[in-house]
Amino acid sequence: MHPAFSVLFLTTLIGAGQGLFLALFTGQIFQQFKLMPEQHEPDFYVIGSAVSVALLLIGLFASFFHLGRPERAWRSAAQWRTSWLSREVIALPITMFAIAAYGAAHYFGLTHALFFTPGGTGIDATLLLGLFATIATYALFVCTGMIYGCIRFLQEWHTPLTVINFILLGTASGFTIATALSAWMGTELTHFYASWAIFFTLTAFVFRIASMIRNRKIKPKSDMNSAIGVRHSGVQQKAQGSMCGSFNTREYFHGKKATFVTTIKYIFIFLAFLTPLVLLIMSLGISSGESIFVVSLFAAIAQYLGLLAERWYFFADARHPQNLYYQQVS
Amino acid sequence: MVDKNPYDANPTGTFFNRVQTFEIGTYPKTETVHFPKSCLHCEEPPCVPVCPTGASYKREEDGIVLVDYDKCIGCKYCSWACPYGARELDEQQKVMKKCTLCVDRIYDESLPEEERKPACVMSCPTSARLFGDVHDEDSEVSIAIRENGGYQLMPEWGTKPANHYLPRRKTRIKIHEDELERVDNPLSKEERKRHNAPGEGPSLDDMTSW
Repeated sequence: MHPAFSVLFLTTLIGAGQGLFLALFTGQIFQQFKLMPEQHEPDFYVIGSAVSVALLLIGLFASFFHLGRPERAWRSAAQWRTSWLSREVIALPITMFAIAAYGAAHYFGLTHALFFTPGGTGIDATLLLGLFATIATYALFVCTGMIYGCIRFLQEWHTPLTVINFILLGTASGFTIATALSAWMGTELTHFYASWAIFFTLTAFVFRIASMIRNRKIKPKSDMNSAIGVRHSGVQQKAQGSMCGSFNTREYFHGKKATFVTTIKYIFIFLAFLTPLVLLIMSLGISSGESIFVVSLFAAIAQYLGLLAERWYFFADARHPQNLYYQQVS
Repeated sequence: MVDKNPYDANPTGTFFNRVQTFEIGTYPKTETVHFPKSCLHCEEPPCVPVCPTGASYKREEDGIVLVDYDKCIGCKYCSWACPYGARELDEQQKVMKKCTLCVDRIYDESLPEEERKPACVMSCPTSARLFGDVHDEDSEVSIAIRENGGYQLMPEWGTKPANHYLPRRKTRIKIHEDELERVDNPLSKEERKRHNAPGEGPSLDDMTSW
């Protein structure tokens, strides 16, 4: 498939935004349920939520460039019963508003306990809003992943690993950004986030490699014989109905050499996984100050660029069966 | 339908129907297959449920798969979901286009009844294209599919295309080598020599039983 930059930015940016929110809420839960010493850093949650919403907004903005008729985009919420794309269009603003509400609740200090759990933990408005935003975030992850995962003709995408990878890659980049943000604001949470970011980056790496191994072994279901219905091993295209290319030759082919695709593969393995892992492990050894911010910022930037390359490869890797009809001009 | 840069570099356009050419086998044993390719109006169209706006739809009454050009947002998602690549984005109107089965012609009462057919069927000089109701067992197309071994493209995806393709028709005669030359030809030189020898060869007694 042809990787469109609008979609690359959309999926990587909203993934990072969702991951960043999950990181914020994880931090809050750990403190509120006394799994780690409590800090009072409302600013961190407010600014973190703002960054997360900003990432989602930029992603949404990028997605409009994918549309031929962006002025009609509002119509795309109509078919939520059947279309994962429509479901994503609904889940995205809900997630955005839920995260904004979560940030606003922290900003207005709605942290007095509404009720108590049997264990004596106070449940406040931020926790409830955060829980709702978490559900929305995961719903959005599933919608985004299923847009690609549900197309059975694209065998490289038609696997649960697609959804798992969207969740893990988004979460990993979000936690890395949370590490940089917390280092910038000088909170005590930096090492906590760095450890989680290492965990998610490693897990995402394992699952991404798993999907690459799976895709390497894929046997295409369609071949020339079933495409034109002539049973012969030597079918060659001589003309494709037009001489100078068409939508079919532009949308479904990445048009790059195999070596370029392989290079992108190694670039994303290096930038999205190995570089941030090394930098995050380094950051664990730094106690505080400017240097931990610089290291974690580089980790976040490298990982984001790596994920852009990963998404490019994700598209380029998928081979559409219609390509059988567009093999050569002659 | 758009025709972009028609007389310039990189001309491109939207097609409802492309005729592609394939060569089968290696020289000198080759055959050429001209292969018309349009929307197959699947019975289970995978492009329809993925449409976020409902612009893509399959008509209840006749099963034609159509795009509402006023609702389409040009997101191209349906084109990903069609294994045949039948859908193309119109570069000027920025909406999805595909074969409509000439839905405007086939119901046009101002046309004589025999002309209420898609343009491609009307114009085919060798009448290679047939048009009719595949659900009507006695229609011309159903009979052709049944009797002549009509098949669907990429049946492995379960899309159940309504459009079927008929196998190429060839005239073949089967000749065995012994049919080219009679083994027991009594008029051959050798046989005549043998028969003419006195006391040899068949007599009337060999031919008939009295």
